[in-house]
This record gives sequence, structure tokens and C-alpha cells, in this order.
Amino acid sequence: MERRTIFPGWATPALLLVPQMALTVLLFLWPTAVAVRASVMRADPFGLSETFAGLDNFTALFTDPLYLAAIGRTLVFCGAVTGLALGLAVLLAVFADADIRGRGAYRAALVWPYAVAPAAAGVIWALLLHPQIGGVAGLLKHLGIAWNYKLNDTQAMIAVVGASAWRQVSYNFIFVLAGLQSIPRTIIDAARMDGARGWRRFRTILLPMLAPTLAFLVVVNLVYSAFETFGTIEALTQGGPGRATQTLMVKVYRDGVVNLDLGASAAQSVVLMALVMGLTALQFHFLRRRGGR
Amino acid sequence: MTGADLRARLRGNLVAGNLVAHAVLLMGTALFLLPIWLVFVGSTLDSGAINRGDIGLLPRLEGLAIYPRLLSPAPGGVPVWRMLALSFAMALAIAAGKIAVSLLSAYAVAFFRFPGRMLCFWLLFITLMLPVEVRIIPTFAVVADFGMVNTFAGLVLPLTASATATLLFRQAFVLVPDELVEAARMDGAGPWRFLRDVLIPLSRTNMAALFVILFVYGWNQYLWPLVVATDPRLDTITVGIVRMIGPESRTAWNEVMATAILAMLPPTLVVLAMLRWFVKGLTESER
Amino acid sequence: MNRRELLAGTAASAGLALVPGLALAQGAPVQITFWHAMAGPLGDELKRLCDAFNAVQKAVVVEPVFKGTYPETMTAAIAAFRAGKAPHLVQMYEVGTGSMLAAGAAVKQVWQLAEETGVRLDPAIYMPAVRSYYSLPDGRMASMPFNSSTPIMWCNKDLFERAGLDPERPPETWEQVMTAAEALRSKGGAKVGMTTAWPTWVHLECFGAIHDVPFATRANGFEGLDAELVFNSPPMRSHITRLLEMAKAGTFTYAGRGAAGDSLYPAGETGISFNSSGIRAAVVRDARFRPMAAQLPYDPAVRATPNNSIIGGASLWTMTAPDRSAAEYKAVASFLAFLARPDTDASWHQRTGYVPVTLGGAGLSLAQGYYARNPGADIPIRQLNRGEVTVNSKGLRLGRLTEIRAIVEEEFETALQGKQNAGAALDTAVARGNKVLREFEKSVSR
Repeated sequence: MERRTIFPGWATPALLLVPQMALTVLLFLWPTAVAVRASVMRADPFGLSETFAGLDNFTALFTDPLYLAAIGRTLVFCGAVTGLALGLAVLLAVFADADIRGRGAYRAALVWPYAVAPAAAGVIWALLLHPQIGGVAGLLKHLGIAWNYKLNDTQAMIAVVGASAWRQVSYNFIFVLAGLQSIPRTIIDAARMDGARGWRRFRTILLPMLAPTLAFLVVVNLVYSAFETFGTIEALTQGGPGRATQTLMVKVYRDGVVNLDLGASAAQSVVLMALVMGLTALQFHFLRRRGGR
Repeated sequence: MTGADLRARLRGNLVAGNLVAHAVLLMGTALFLLPIWLVFVGSTLDSGAINRGDIGLLPRLEGLAIYPRLLSPAPGGVPVWRMLALSFAMALAIAAGKIAVSLLSAYAVAFFRFPGRMLCFWLLFITLMLPVEVRIIPTFAVVADFGMVNTFAGLVLPLTASATATLLFRQAFVLVPDELVEAARMDGAGPWRFLRDVLIPLSRTNMAALFVILFVYGWNQYLWPLVVATDPRLDTITVGIVRMIGPESRTAWNEVMATAILAMLPPTLVVLAMLRWFVKGLTESER
Repeated sequence: MNRRELLAGTAASAGLALVPGLALAQGAPVQITFWHAMAGPLGDELKRLCDAFNAVQKAVVVEPVFKGTYPETMTAAIAAFRAGKAPHLVQMYEVGTGSMLAAGAAVKQVWQLAEETGVRLDPAIYMPAVRSYYSLPDGRMASMPFNSSTPIMWCNKDLFERAGLDPERPPETWEQVMTAAEALRSKGGAKVGMTTAWPTWVHLECFGAIHDVPFATRANGFEGLDAELVFNSPPMRSHITRLLEMAKAGTFTYAGRGAAGDSLYPAGETGISFNSSGIRAAVVRDARFRPMAAQLPYDPAVRATPNNSIIGGASLWTMTAPDRSAAEYKAVASFLAFLARPDTDASWHQRTGYVPVTLGGAGLSLAQGYYARNPGADIPIRQLNRGEVTVNSKGLRLGRLTEIRAIVEEEFETALQGKQNAGAALDTAVARGNKVLREFEKSVSR
């Protein structure tokens, strides 16, 4: 939906955009362009020899059945992390927004996990989830479940999704809470007059008002799960067992930073970027059709 | 009854009584705090306990002595408080810089119509897409060209160049009613005054939320600070923690975990400060 | 500083005075930047080493800088090199050796450095199994051996005793390992009979070296970039089959890739564990049981007498930058010469748990009574000097070896899940690995 009332002129907006655009062009777009260029090159890591490879790097990707399988796996992983992290965050935020005792403490506690250094969190997760010496294994054993995520595909996926979503719930929580807090009182009053209660009120009043925030969060969560979870995956499964938890970014990182295969890594980055942008565009399109924004 | 009270009560009715709310929140809190609690417990154990997988749910009280020891100046090495201070400055600069820059650009995209507007938006938007890990080599080259290797600016600026905040502000601005803009223009308010007097106060809660998130984002940065700074005086606390964890080394796990706990304190303070602002921003804008 | 270190310092300064140029240097000392990946107490030990060098002479100051894990250090060094700001020295893990050798003018190999600066850096003083990993086929040294370790077998004496096994006699052959693991599970009540860290390094790379079976053609890659992987030969196949059978019987527990398998042994949960010798210091500190180090077992059916195992760890590479002067390279060479001194090497070995890389360092440690005081600390050294260094036990010289290891571990895991047998796993890994090698070959040929 477009805004009807706008300010005239283009000089002011240009001025407003200068700092952001300068930073973006110099420190993001330019390096990204270099990375995209690398995707059609075959080069040694030190940049001593470089030959034009055309679409070789891309052909190699799309003729590799293992890579194609990783695309599907990444979609599942991103969907699971985003759904879990957002769902839990909305649930907790709605309750923490209510007028109950100690809500300040709840709020602070729920934001906390975001502040833990990822390196320390990785160590703790690996320890907690360890099949032989971890607490989770012991707990599940009482329930009759044999926990061995090192060799069980499904359990491995659950482990990395859970550990990845854990931090992100805090992130989502704070924005959903902020969104709930900025809903105008008049709207809630009106709903009260209508006698809307519970779930219906959440669905008809709060959810539409949260839509812009949620749209933002879906994008951010997709981006997070696609690009920023490889540290967690490295700490727990390194993509295994087999390739059960190898997402596209795990491979980008492995090829780029560990194997120094810069051409392949760049080509994968381009594919991954296109994928996430496509998902985002799809989401915006969907929201617009639904009348949300 | 004030507006806030009424509102809160209405929200309270949303759940079937406070009991459910407490139950859900308590369970959520326990689930989410367990790993943090384990970090704390680990900090009080002997230095090899984590390596042995020997960790329970109760801290060892005499192990608490690790904290004063860590904060006292270490001979030779970079003291923990120094790394904390540098991380604090870095996180603050990143959060403040991003918010300022993004507020302006989101304002431009949302409230003006000019050629290339959507192009600008999408250009900013794709900066969400590639994390610094992937473009680290070309980014380093740019920073080196500007002579910013080993400087505070070199540490901060590349991390400021992303558009998360722009996206959020744009989403928040969409909710601002047209009537409000109309009224402001009728009053003779120009774009700058509208921004200062209307938009910024309206965005307070979002800004507070963003500040928390961006601060912690900056706080936890690892790879970029590691690569761009070769001067130990520019070591952040995150680099400091990773430097303590040596595979095949007699890693002092209690020190690692205690440092991780100390590293949580500044972000926690920011969270607490901002949460207060949440409620305040709310009541003020409603008055 | 104790007396021995004082003596070491005096000896070192006497040695350095003989290095031409250094003793005569005037004015401000030459600054040398040394990027490394030594975290935790190892980083402190590295700093001690640099401090010791800085103390015994005044012409050069070496500044160690921590740059993260090995891959992160490598990435940082490459980014810096491309911007003309490479460090003087960088520590690079052994699996990165292939990539560094292809780095051409970005690095100065040790023999080149010695030739240009006139500083003597003699390959003959190093242990053969260590030197060979970092040397060209003709014997010239490419990088400076530094922190080195090798996988060994760790046993839990307490669990051995409970299982009715002789705690002083570790199994020597794979047959005996299987029997012991079986007893540990059934009679000893051990949660885990046998486990392993570094599946590829231990069970293919070192297994090949010990039994003189090739991992790749062209002398494991030493003689050319066109090497092809051949680790799907019958001996390797039967070894992997053995591991799969043990896993099925519950006597072998898979613990993950790379170093992930390091967590079970110190926890006291496993009777037998294959880990790097480098975990020694942590084990001595943390184990609540009586640990025992032993040499890697062998299979007499493949080879009657076992050879040396392959090292791991890292070496030091001298990097180049556009504005780097001859004096700086000379300073680097003098620091490398300092590291090669027996007293430096022995002290590093004893304080970190890495193996000594020089024969002199090992000899000095023996003379100082270190192995008498620390039983088992000599196991990795004896294992590295077992038998004779052959083309199959020099080490590996393959590009993107990290990726090949990951591929092997992926296929091994799939086999452990019961989705394929050992032969299929190794065949697939060889095919996929060869693709990686060909891509690497293309990227570095100019």
C-alpha cells in the first residue's frame, strides 16, 4: 500500500540517504560485487592467478545432486528455525505483555539468551546434547528415547534447529513485545466494547496490528537461519551425520573459509542470495495481497 | 484509571487468568535460562570439569572467587575489563550509528517520492543477505585502502553497513496514519520538524528494541574484529573468549565460562535500561 | 626464571651472536609480526617463546598475534596478503600445506629464506617423520616444523582392570583391540568400549602410513598435483569394515568428526580412545582415572612390522609483502633458527605436550629425565620413529585436504547408519575427493 501524503522534493530525501548509501556502496556493495565477480572466476586464494571460468562454478553446483539436496534441506531448516523462533516468541511476548506480577523480570530473562557469547553457548550446547555424557541424553533415556544425534539424522536436525532457534527467540521476543506495546489504546478499547476475547481478539486485533513487525521478523529470521547459523551447526554436527544438517551456508563457509575455494564459495553465495531474496519477495507479495503491509 | 492501566487490564483478560501466564512464562524462562545457568555453574567448577563433562545443576560456592581474580589486572595479558570496555564502545558505536543512519534513510524511502526510490530500498535491502564471513577478503581490501586496518573506525564501519534497522523503521513508518502527516503539514511543519517532533517520538519503542538488538549484535561480533585488528589493544571480549578455548590445550574452562558471564553483564544492563524505556515511551506517547 | 631457563637463554644469545648482521644491528629493532592460532595456555606458551627470543637479543622484536582457529588465521593472512599487509610469519595447519605450496610468491620457503639471508636452517636436525611432511620431494624444507603431534591410543587403566585386562599391557594389534573392547563392554561395564577422534587422520591417513599402504598416488601427492586418491584399497576397506562391525556389536561408539571425539576420554567413559598425543596435558590435569598412552595398533595381516604414523599440527610459513626489506627476512630467519635450538624445542615440547620436532630437542628431554618423570610422554616420539619413513608414511601433500577429510567422514557416517557398506563408502569418498583434487589442480595451475 502506498502512502497518499508525502513530502515534496528530492533534495531532502537525497540528503537523508547519503550516509546510508555511502556506507552501503563502499563497504557492502563493492565487496559484494567483487564476490559476485569471483563466482565466474577460477582463482587461487592468494589472488596470484585468475582465469575466467564462465558459468563453470554454477554448472558444477547444479549438476551436483548433493548440492541440489542441500537446497531442499536448507528450506526445511530455515522454515523450522523461523517457525519455531517466531511462534515461541509471539506466545511468550503476548503473555509477558499482560499485566502480571514480575513481568519486568520475565522480560529481562527472556531477552538474556541473546547476550550469551556464541562461542560459550556452542560449548554448552555440545555438552548438554552430548549422546554419552550430556544431560539431555540422560533425561531422554528415562523416557525411553535413545538420543544419538551424531548418527541419527532426525535428531541431528532437531538439535541444530533447537540450538539455532534458542538465541533467535530472544531477538523476536523483544520486537514482538515492542510491537504489542505500540498498539494504540483506542483500538484495544474498541475491541473491548465489541466484547472480543482471548484467541479471537488476538487474531482479529493484535495480529493485524503486529503484521508489519512480523513481516520484518520473518525476513530477518529467514536471513538469520540461512546465513548466520553455521557457527552453531559447526559446533554441534559439522553438517553430519552424512549430510543431514549440511545447509547451503555451511558449505559456503566450508568452501570459502576452510577450503579457500573462493570461486565455488562465491557462486554458492550468489545462489543463496537469490534464494533468500526470492523468498522475501514472495513474502512481501503474499502480504500485500492479504492487505497487510 | 489511567490509559496504561486500562490497557494492561485488557491485555490481562486476553489470557485465561494470570495463572496460565505465569505457567507459560516460567516454563519459557526456565527453558531459555538453563544454558545460561549452566555457563554460570561451569564458571564455579574446577578448570577441567567441563572437559570431563562433569557439570551438575548446582554451582560450587568457593569457585566464585574466580570473578574477582579475573577482574584484577592480569600481568602481561590484556585485562578483561579492557576488552569489556572496547567491546562496549564498539557495540555502542555500531548500535547508535546504525540507528541514526537507518532512521534517516527509512524516512526518505517512506515519506518521499523520488526517482530511484525503490531501487534504493532494494539496494539497502540486499545488504541483509551476505554476512561478513563471505565477503571478508574484499571488505578487508576496502578497509585497507582507506587506511583503517587496526583502527576503531575500521572495526565499526563495516559492521554498520547493513539495513536491518532500515527495514524495521520502514515497517514502523507504514503504520503512521496519513492524517498525522496531513495535520503536521497543515501546521506548517517541514520534513525535518515532522521527523523530530512526530516521527522520532513515535518510534521510541522500536528504537529501544533496535538498540538492544544492535548493541548485542555488535557485542557478539567475532570474525571481523579478529581479522581487521592485529593490535592486541583492539581485542574485543568475544575474541578474548575464543582465545581462551584451545582444543588440545589445558583450557581453563572455569575462566572461559566466567568471562562469558562477565561478557553478558553490559548487554544485560542495556537490556534493563531499554526495557524501562519501553513502558515509558508508551505512556508518554499516549498522553 | 629458573636456572635451566637462564642457562638456555645464555646459550641462545651466544648462538645468535654468530648470526651475521644481527649482532651488528643498530638503532631501532626490527619488528616481526607472527600470526598464530594457539589458544588457551598454548597461546601463553607461544608468548613465552617469543619473549625469550626478544630477551636474548636486541636486534629483533617478535610480536605474536592470535588470529583465531587455523582456518581463520589462514583467511586473515590471505586477506592481508591481498592488501599488501601480510604478517612476517604465519602458523598454518598441516592440511593447509598443499595450498601454501601453491602460493608461489606469497611465501618464501625455508630453503629460499636460508639461501637469501645466509642464516643456516638445516633440515637434518629435524625428526624425519616431521621434516618430511613439510619438505619438497628433493628434501628442501618448505616451511618450518612447529607444533606437532600424532594420534596415539589412550587407554583407561581403571576400566581395563575392571574388565580383567592387564592395565600395563595395552593391545598392540587390531585383533587385540577388538577383544579388549569387547571385554571392556561386557565385563568392565564401560559405557563405551572404544571411540575415536579424527576418523580420517587416524583410520585412513595413519593406518595407511603404518601399514605402508598409499592414500593417494604420486607418493601421496608429494610428486605432483595430478595425484589421485586410492584409499579404497582392500586393506583400508577391511579396516573400515572392522570399525563398522565393532559399531554394530556396540564395542565402537562414533563420537563425531575432527576433534569432537576428544570429549569422551577425559570423561572416563571409554576404555580405549584414539586421540592426538596433544591432549596429554589436558588428560593429566582432568582425568579422574589412571590414563595410559600407547602406540597405535596395527594389523599383522597387512604388514608384519608397523611403520611410523603421520604427524599433525602446524608449521610456520614466511610471507612476503611489497615493502618488506632484506633485514626483515633476516630477522624472521634468526627467529626460526632460535626455534630450532634443542633447548627451545625441548622446553616447548615439555610445557605444551607437543612432540619435539628436532632430534636435539628429544635428546635433551631424555637427558633431562623428562620421560622418566612423565611415563608415556615418549610414546608419540617412539611411534613417529617406528620402522622406516616410506613414501606412504611421509605425510600427505594434497590440496583441500580438509574437504577430503570432511567427505570421508560424511561417507563413513552414512555407512555407520547402515545405509552403505565400507566398500561403497570408500569408493564414493574417493570419487568425490578426486573431483575436489582436480578442481584444486585447475585453480593453482598457471
